[in-house]
Amino acid sequence: MSFLIKVNNKEIEARNGETILDAMERQGIQVPTLCHLKDMLPSGSCRMCVVENAKNNRLVTACSTPVEEGMEIQTHSSGVIESRKTIVELLLSNHPDDCLYCVRNKNCELQDLSEELQIRERRIKGVKNNIHLDRSGTSLVRDPDKCILCGRCVRVCEEVMGVACIDFINRGSQSIIGPPFDRTLNTSSCVNCGQCIMVCPTGALSEKSHFPELISMLNNPEKTVVVQYAPSISVSLAEEFNMPAGGDISSIMNAALRKIGFQYVFDTSFGADLTIMEEAAELVNRIENGDTLPMITSCCPGWVKFAEQFYPDMLPNLSSCKSPQQMMGAVIKSYWAEQLNKNPEDIYSVAIMPCTAKKFEAQREEMTSRGITDVDAVLTTRELGQLIRMYGIDINNISPEATDSPLGFRSSAGKIFGASGGVMEAAIRTAYNMITGEELLKFKVEELRGLDGCKEAQLKVDDLTINVAVVNGLANARKLLDKVNNGEKEYHFIEVMACPGGCINGGGQHIGAAEGAVEARMKALYDIDDKETVKTSHKNPEVIKLYKGFLGKPLEHTSHELLHTHYYKRDVIL
Amino acid sequence: MEKNIEAVLNKYPEGSVDNLIPILQDIQEVDGFLSEESVVKVGEYLNMPASKIYGVATFYNQFRFTPLGKYHIQVCCGTACHVLGSATVLEEIEKNLGVKSGQTAKDGIFSLEVVACIGACGLAPVISINGNFHAKVTSESIKEILDNYRNKE
Ligand code: SF4
Ligand code: SF4
Ligand code: FES
Repeated sequence: MSFLIKVNNKEIEARNGETILDAMERQGIQVPTLCHLKDMLPSGSCRMCVVENAKNNRLVTACSTPVEEGMEIQTHSSGVIESRKTIVELLLSNHPDDCLYCVRNKNCELQDLSEELQIRERRIKGVKNNIHLDRSGTSLVRDPDKCILCGRCVRVCEEVMGVACIDFINRGSQSIIGPPFDRTLNTSSCVNCGQCIMVCPTGALSEKSHFPELISMLNNPEKTVVVQYAPSISVSLAEEFNMPAGGDISSIMNAALRKIGFQYVFDTSFGADLTIMEEAAELVNRIENGDTLPMITSCCPGWVKFAEQFYPDMLPNLSSCKSPQQMMGAVIKSYWAEQLNKNPEDIYSVAIMPCTAKKFEAQREEMTSRGITDVDAVLTTRELGQLIRMYGIDINNISPEATDSPLGFRSSAGKIFGASGGVMEAAIRTAYNMITGEELLKFKVEELRGLDGCKEAQLKVDDLTINVAVVNGLANARKLLDKVNNGEKEYHFIEVMACPGGCINGGGQHIGAAEGAVEARMKALYDIDDKETVKTSHKNPEVIKLYKGFLGKPLEHTSHELLHTHYYKRDVIL
Repeated sequence: MEKNIEAVLNKYPEGSVDNLIPILQDIQEVDGFLSEESVVKVGEYLNMPASKIYGVATFYNQFRFTPLGKYHIQVCCGTACHVLGSATVLEEIEKNLGVKSGQTAKDGIFSLEVVACIGACGLAPVISINGNFHAKVTSESIKEILDNYRNKE
């Protein structure tokens, strides 16, 4: 049922049960919000979104107040503006105010609000926050001094990621956000997904940077500095430079990376092709030998840590395959180094990822063999943007270049890894070929595409019916795994991506993406798949060559040693 | 300690989140504080993350997270005590022991807690050590009182 309400003296349609904010948003009427998160229940705690109901002269929160017939809303009356201003002034009263040194300088909601409300003096003086900086984690840095207690991180961590490693601690002016028992992140249940960074309005949460080391390596003549970038980077980097979402700029990125000083540039999608070769072989093996099923993907390090903490009994279900990043890294420091006559110790291998958990993955002990790390440093999409700006590269004015070979060619199956459902689709293409010796007639599995949190499909391979599921957002993984454990659901193969929508919406991506950006990035990946001719990993000529000349067969000795790993139960506070 | 927790949890067979506060109170009653171990156990029992329980528990002044010292000092900050300078008394004790309210000194001899009115307003400002009241304390007398307890060790 709908009725009319007045907003700023104009009648607009309001639907029963929705909030004032919902009704106004449909009409493009904006009020600032802070604690509000789209598609989640309102918490109504920050009061930034206050509007005045002229009917009773009361200030109400637009995000949590349902519309009522006869309402007369003023969004910018003087009382409203005064009230918003006071809220921001209070938030600033104990804030460090060191914008010039802040990671979020020029991309901060608190800056925006104080600018918007024209706050020009410090009216309310409070004691500056002075809480310890938490740099204990491998991926995230928490600076509680800058926290304005909006609670967005807490909600995402619990409701979207199903982790709940942080919460409000204490009360009143003593309130802070943090893991239980004031632990640091490294001993908490944090899975390093970075989704909390994505929603934090300030610089209280950010990724751990490795810039100083990277820059010294780039300037070290004894090191060969190589770089790989994940499938989703080329379709999301553009937004860091104010270009519309979904443009694929891989060849421009190649050129920019070389200008920065990376000597060799690779596409992690090649590593993804390798992952598919190994993972599809593992799946076929498990099905044929009656081994542990469902097999679950292991390319998302946020998910892997989640499983190690919350589902240790299911670790045998996880594929033993390393992730594309780590496979790529391992092959660079073995096969590629050999081909180019380089000493693996002299290679500094960098990975650019849409993800903060990849920083954690790269330093896992299992990812080092004989003192050689697969990957030495991981940068997020955002950090790549910073690096390009730091080196003064104008990406609008640069000639496209290709990646380096060997290891330079990728199939489009490797590319779609960046979207939730992509790994599964790519694996199905190759597993089908491994079982039947033939190619699928139709590569696209429609049911597994899109942004739904949980997707399922049934596939016929000869007389075998294979049940698969794809989940993204770890809270959805939790729901599905609980169903698998209580026998309600049965699958052969499950793909899990920690972040909602997969890597295209990873915790290392551009902050403040426009509406529809994630969809646009996803579409860009599938467009590439539509357009290109090599759509399967097993048809990638360089993959074939690598197996022939170096790896042997999937799951065999060399592959096993370089491309596979193991997991263990973690002792953290849950 | 594990047994204590089990015994408390057994009193709440329905395992409902509504029982969280009484469960925590009961555990504190037996153990004197809420340990990480007990919070994790309660979490498993109620199917609640430790972060949530810690969040709730730190919201209330009544819960502590370190074991009590041999001598537990309660500083009354009720109205009468407040008016007669309990804040200075507290500050003095904190300085003397090197701990804040809710904490236990490293040597385990003293622990400190701020409490609301303990009903001895005539003695304000008053502190209680293991249940023994010390009346009309001053910054000067605090040192003597604490030293007396220290000397017993
Ligand atoms: S990185 Fe992920 S798991 Fe860790 S605190 Fe943030 S949202 Fe929670
Ligand atoms: S850390 Fe950021 S998202 Fe979390 S409560 Fe503080 S300001 Fe909000
Ligand atoms: S945005 Fe509405 S109360 Fe915070």
